[in-house]
Amino acid sequence: MSKLASSAKPGTRLPRRDFLKAGGALVIGFSSAGLISNALLAQGPPIARGPDPKQIDTWLAIHSDNTATVYIGYVELGQGSTTSLLQVSAEELDLDMSQVRTVRLDTDLTPNQGGTYSSSSIARGSPAIRTAAAEARQALLEMASKKLDAPVESMTVSKGVVSTRFSGKTVTYGELIGDKRFNLAFTGKAPLKPVADYKLVGTSPARNDIPGKVSGTYVYLQHVRLPGMWHGRVVRPRGQGAYGAGAKVATLDENSLSHIPGARVVRKGDFVGVVAEREWDAVRAARDLKITWDMPATLPGSDGLYAAMRADKTADHVVLERGDISPAFASAAHVASGEYHGAYQAHAPFGPNGALADVTPDSALVICSTQDVYATRNTLAGILGLPPQKVRVQYYEGSGTYGHSCYDDVAQAAAILSQLAGKPVRLQFMRWDEHGWDLYGPAHVGEVRAAADANGKIVAYQYDGWHQNWSAVETSQQLALGTPASEWRLGAAQQVNPGCCGAMYEIPNLRLVNHQVPGLGYLKGAWLRSPLDLAFAFASEQTIDELARQAGTDAYEFRRRNIKDDRWLGVLDAAAKAANWRPAPPAANVSKEKIVRGRGIGLGTHLTSYGGAVAEIEVDRETGKVAVKHMYGAIDAGLAVNPAFIENQISGQLVQATSRMLLEEVTFSKTNVTSLDWNSYPILRFEECPEVTAVCVQRLDQRSTGAGEEVMAAAAGAIGNAFFDATGVHISEFPLTPARVLAALSRG
Amino acid sequence: MAGKIKIRVNERTHEVDAAPDTPLLYVLAGDLQLQGPRFGCGLAQCGSCSVLLDGAEIRSCVTPVSAVEGKSITTLEGLPAWYAKRHKLRKAPALHPVQQAMIDEQAVQCGYCFNGMIVQAAELLSKTPQPTDAEIRTAMNGHLCRCGSYPRVIQAIQRASRAMAAEIGGPAEEVAEEIDATEVAR
Repeated sequence: MSKLASSAKPGTRLPRRDFLKAGGALVIGFSSAGLISNALLAQGPPIARGPDPKQIDTWLAIHSDNTATVYIGYVELGQGSTTSLLQVSAEELDLDMSQVRTVRLDTDLTPNQGGTYSSSSIARGSPAIRTAAAEARQALLEMASKKLDAPVESMTVSKGVVSTRFSGKTVTYGELIGDKRFNLAFTGKAPLKPVADYKLVGTSPARNDIPGKVSGTYVYLQHVRLPGMWHGRVVRPRGQGAYGAGAKVATLDENSLSHIPGARVVRKGDFVGVVAEREWDAVRAARDLKITWDMPATLPGSDGLYAAMRADKTADHVVLERGDISPAFASAAHVASGEYHGAYQAHAPFGPNGALADVTPDSALVICSTQDVYATRNTLAGILGLPPQKVRVQYYEGSGTYGHSCYDDVAQAAAILSQLAGKPVRLQFMRWDEHGWDLYGPAHVGEVRAAADANGKIVAYQYDGWHQNWSAVETSQQLALGTPASEWRLGAAQQVNPGCCGAMYEIPNLRLVNHQVPGLGYLKGAWLRSPLDLAFAFASEQTIDELARQAGTDAYEFRRRNIKDDRWLGVLDAAAKAANWRPAPPAANVSKEKIVRGRGIGLGTHLTSYGGAVAEIEVDRETGKVAVKHMYGAIDAGLAVNPAFIENQISGQLVQATSRMLLEEVTFSKTNVTSLDWNSYPILRFEECPEVTAVCVQRLDQRSTGAGEEVMAAAAGAIGNAFFDATGVHISEFPLTPARVLAALSRG
Repeated sequence: MAGKIKIRVNERTHEVDAAPDTPLLYVLAGDLQLQGPRFGCGLAQCGSCSVLLDGAEIRSCVTPVSAVEGKSITTLEGLPAWYAKRHKLRKAPALHPVQQAMIDEQAVQCGYCFNGMIVQAAELLSKTPQPTDAEIRTAMNGHLCRCGSYPRVIQAIQRASRAMAAEIGGPAEEVAEEIDATEVAR
C-alpha cells in the first residue's frame, strides 16, 4: 500500500544554511547534460526527512537579488502547474514572474504536499503556497516598517520594492532579508490579497519550461547521468500475465552473453536484469540473453474479458442512493437501458520511464519521475532494507505520464540493479517493458437504466459498474522479493463516479452500485487520466440521449431541462455555443449514405470541476472507420489561475479522449499482454486529429479545482452520442474500431 | 568490437569509440551528450529520436552509426545554424523559426516529443515553405504525441512558415529556381 503511506510525517528540517547550500549545489551541480557533480554526491548520506511544513522557511526563501525561491511539493507533469503555482506566490508577494522560481522536488528539499494526483496541484497546492507567501509578505512589511520608520499600513509593494506614502524612501525584500531565514512559524493567519486586487492570477503568462523544451536544454529524467554509472535493462517476458500469478524463470543461460564481454547478468529471485558500461551493450544483452519463463495461462483473454468480469465474485456496495427507483421506472413514459464496455487502456508515455539509482550499504539516491517522491521513498526503503531517512528521492520530469505508468516500477528496478551491481545504475525501460508491464486503466462494464416522464423530466436512474481496483505492488518488488499481490483500499476514484453518472441532472430516484471485480487474475490496474470516467460517461450519456430521442427532444435542450446547477449549465452552454449547436432530436436525420455525419453532446467530470463537450464525427458505413472532425470542450475549474494553460489542457484532453475512444485497447491472450508497441497499441496521429475548440469558464468567485482531466469523460460521452446521431445505433463498446462499428451497424 | 568511427554532427567532426552496429541515437545521447534526440521506442515508430541526415529526417534509434560516416547530421541543437547556413544568414538565430513558433503558440505540454516534431517540421518547411494543413498532417504523421498537442503544432508550423517567408522569402534553393524561371521567361 505504498501510496497510502504518502502522508508519512515529515521529520526534522534541514538547517536553513545547509538548506540553501544544498539548494545551490543542486542547481550548480547539474550541468546542462544532467551530470550530477561529485560535490553534490560527496555531501554524504541524506540528512533530512522532509522539511517541516510548519515553518515559513520551508515554503520560500527571499534572496539578496530581490528574487524568491518557492518550494513546491507538486511535480511538473507538463500541465504548467509549476508556473501557475509561481503565479499564486508572486501575486501574494507582489513580485513579478521574473522574480520567482522553484527547485525540483527532492525529499531533502521540498515540502511533503502529498502526491501530484487527481489534477490537484492548484486545488490542494495553492492554498498553502498562497498563505505562506502572504505570511512572508507580512513579515517583510514589518521589517520594512522598522527600516523606513513608517507604519505597515502606509506601505505598498511593487516588484518586491516596498515604499511608504510618508516619504520617498524605499527598500527591497532582498535588502530586508536577503538569503537569511525568516525563523517564523507558519500560522496560516496572514490576510490574503482580495481576488479583486489580483494582477497576475487570472492572467496567462507563458510557461517557464517551454523555451528549454524546444531548444533541447531542458533536462528530462532520460538525460540525467551519474558519475561512474552503468546502464541497466530489465529482462522480463514480453507482456505481463495475470496480476499475482507471477512469472518464474524456467531457464537462464548466462553464457549466452559471452559475445558481449562488457555485460553482466544480475538476478534476485525472478527479477532479472543486465548491466553494462555502454548503453548499447546493455540493450543488446537484454535482447540476446537466453531465458525462458513459466507463465500460467490464467487470464480471460481480450475476447472473454467482459463475460469473465460479469461472472466473477464481486464486492458490491451502493455508492449513492436517493428516492426509490422501482416504482419510478414502472410508471415512467420513457425508459432507456443498455450494457456498455470499455477496454483496458495503457498510459503509454511517449518516452518510456527511466530511473537512476546509487545504492550503497547504508544509503540510497534514486532519481525518477514519480508523482509522489515521499511515497516512492518509503516503498524503496522497504525494498532496499534501509530506513526511509537514508533514502533520498529526486524528481525529474519524464514524458507525460497521465497517471500511474511504470515510474515506480522502474525506480524500484533501478534501485535493485544498483544494489546488486554495487554501482550507480541508469535504467531505461524499453518500449515493450512500458507497454507490456504498465498498470493499465481498468476495463469496465456498465449497465445503465434511465427513465423520463412525459414532460421529458428524468425520474429514475440506475448505474451498475463492474471493474477492478488498483494494484498496489509493483512488478519489480513482486519478482525480486516474492511480495504477494494486493490492492488499494477503495477510494472515490475507483468506484462508480456520480460526476459522470447522473449527478449533474435533477433526478429524484437514483441508485449507483459499484461491483468490485477481484484484481488478481486480471491485468495490473491503476489510475489513468480521468480513471474509469470515459467508460461511465460513454454509457451514461448515451442513455440520456436515448431518452431525449424517445421524448422527441434535442439532446442539448433535454439536458437543460434536467439541470439546475448553474455550473453544469455553464459548461453545457459553453460547449454548445462554441459548437454553434442547432437543435434537433438525436438521430433525427439518419441516412444510408456511405459517409454519414453526426454530432453529440456530453457532460461529465472526474472528482472536481465541471466538463462539457460536443463532438462532430463522420462514420464510413462501408469500412466502419470513424473520423472525429471537430471537438469542442469546456471546463469550469473555479478560479482559473492561468486560463491559457487550462485551454491547452482542454485541447490535449479532447485529442487524447478521441484517441482513447477510437483506437486504444490493450490486447492479451490467456497468458500475457500482446499490445507491446505503437503498432499493436495505436494512438491518434496527425492525420486523424480533430480540430479542437477549448473554452475555459472563468469563475473568480469559486475556489480553484482541477483542470487536467475534467473534460475527458464529457468528450467520451459526446463521441458516443455523435455516433448515435450519425447512425441511429448506440455503440456499446469502445474503442470504436472498424470491426466493432461494422458489427454494431449490422446488428442495427 | 568497438572501433573509432568519425561522424559529423552539427558541423563538428567527432571520433567515437563504438561498435559499428550501435544505433546512432546512443552515440548522440550518450557519447556526445546531446539532449535533442532521445529514446522513445527504439523501433522507428514514434519520432522521438529524429535527426536530419544531409537535410532529411531519419530515425537515429534504428540507424547504425557506421551508416552515417561521411554524412552530415543535424540535431535539434544544430537547427538554428543549419537554417542560417541554408539561407546564407549572416548570423545564426538563437532559435530556428519552428522552435520560436512553438514558444509563440505555447504548443508544448510535456514536450518530450518536440525534438521529433521540430526536426520534422524544419525539414518540411525546407522543402515545402508554405504547406497546406493536409501537407502538414501528412508530413508529420509519423510523429506521435501522447499529450495531444497536434492542433497547436500545426498552428506553430503555419506560424513558422509565415515567419520564414517574411525573413527570407522561402528556402534558398526554391528562391534560386524562381529567379532562373523568371530569366527563362524573359
